[in-house]
Amino acid sequence: MNDLTLDMQLLNTFAALFLLTSFAMLSQRRVVTMVNLLSLQGLLLGLATLLLAWRTGQGHLYLSGALTLALKALFLPWLLHRLIKRLGVYWDSEPLLNISGTMLVGLLIVIFAFGLAQPITALATTTTRSAIGIAIAVVLLAFLTMITRRKAMSQVVGFLSMENGLFFGAMSATYGMPMIVELGVALDILVAMLVLGVFFFQIREQFDSLDLHHLENLREDK
Amino acid sequence: MSALHWFTQVLEVLAALLAAPLFMGWINQCRAWLQNKSAPSLLQPYRGIRKLFHKDAVLASNASSLFRMAPYVVFGTMVCAAAIIPSLGTRLPISNAADAIALVGLFATARVFMSLAAMDVGTAFGTLGARREMLVGFLAEPALLMVIFLASLISASTALPAISEDIATRTLALYPSLAFTAVAFLLVLLAENARIPVDNPATHLELTMIHEAMLLEYSARHLALMEWSAALKLLNYACIGFALFLPWGVATGESPTPGSLLTSIPILALKLTAAGFLLALIETVSAKLRIFRAPEFLATAFLFAVLGLLVHLLLGA
Repeated sequence: MNDLTLDMQLLNTFAALFLLTSFAMLSQRRVVTMVNLLSLQGLLLGLATLLLAWRTGQGHLYLSGALTLALKALFLPWLLHRLIKRLGVYWDSEPLLNISGTMLVGLLIVIFAFGLAQPITALATTTTRSAIGIAIAVVLLAFLTMITRRKAMSQVVGFLSMENGLFFGAMSATYGMPMIVELGVALDILVAMLVLGVFFFQIREQFDSLDLHHLENLREDK
Repeated sequence: MSALHWFTQVLEVLAALLAAPLFMGWINQCRAWLQNKSAPSLLQPYRGIRKLFHKDAVLASNASSLFRMAPYVVFGTMVCAAAIIPSLGTRLPISNAADAIALVGLFATARVFMSLAAMDVGTAFGTLGARREMLVGFLAEPALLMVIFLASLISASTALPAISEDIATRTLALYPSLAFTAVAFLLVLLAENARIPVDNPATHLELTMIHEAMLLEYSARHLALMEWSAALKLLNYACIGFALFLPWGVATGESPTPGSLLTSIPILALKLTAAGFLLALIETVSAKLRIFRAPEFLATAFLFAVLGLLVHLLLGA
């Protein structure tokens, strides 16, 4: 029976959609769409955080929700879009594993993550504890996205999605991390993004492509 | 079982039979509007079927009796399916005979007979269409079953009327898992009914057609029955969708009043109108997939359905 209050139902819906965006990212070939999905994921995360803040009355969650919305739903996607436009990389090459195969592996990962989360869920005392499994699944799916892509841009999107998953996990297990940690992580992500942006140009300059397996050669002459 | 229950049953089958070509006509009309073409009349499918019934049938000289039998079998299974699906009321005397899993089996029977008949004459196109149909079918079926399993898990029954009644009468709540499976069901509906991302119902281009390729050898009354059953199948799928995800407005309860039965008819018409428009919209905005992308499309449907199940188990909603 479903006898939850409306805000819990909404939180659960956000959690489910959060997982869905992860899968959508996994199935995408186009980098632009992946960035849009990342933005949507950030939006869902921000809304869920704000809703949780309202429900639990914890002031710092409002702040981190607002930060998430500003940074992950708006600023980072904007930055990525700009990078894509300047680099002219709209498509990823075909993923290492075909799409249906990747999705089936993703499904197994979700089952694994849900199983993994069970003991943690039993220990947690928050009302959102059932969503821990979803957070772990999102982190692992982001890993899979990074593993199956060749291009640097898609890997960065996977990396950011992984951070979203970690944040969501912290939120559902303990109502968020201490403010100082959250600020630190947000700043880290921002700086990492800027540095990676510079990196992209350097990689392209060196190899004429953003395909990362060029980096696997240690010497210049093959 | 009261007389009213039997009346509901008969009314439902008759309504499905009569409304199916109209539903098809409505979709075609919406599609024409959206694509800026002049629309054919709403009654065009009826005229087509009537015309075909008046013609003399032509059979290939090497056609076996299976070829002649197949249209009747296919049409019969679709009528049976229409009798099980609660589109107007949930107390249907015949629906005790088969649950939702048997319903999937009924659709499979129709598919097998259609494919066999298409291969029977031995033309290249028929065989090609039959093979493609089986490719789509074997991927769509597990997804459809998963959708039904989730609904059964929520309402603790595999009988479609019971599921429908349970969902209609419980308190309104957000079910993320049902939303997932609704998307999965929509994908299955598009694939199974030869709609655009997978097949194009309006084309006779050899390289892309699936459903039409299987009907190439049919003429006259056989073709009429096949087309009518294709329309019925689409209507049936739409009604399954309503029964699982939008069951409100259907006459429920042990003894439905004649009034609730009366109001359920315009409500069904309203739902079908909206669904037809939605289908036409989807078909207009999406491009046809290459046939080798179809497994990907249906893998997505399966994935959505299983995700729905998992989310239900994890969140309990």
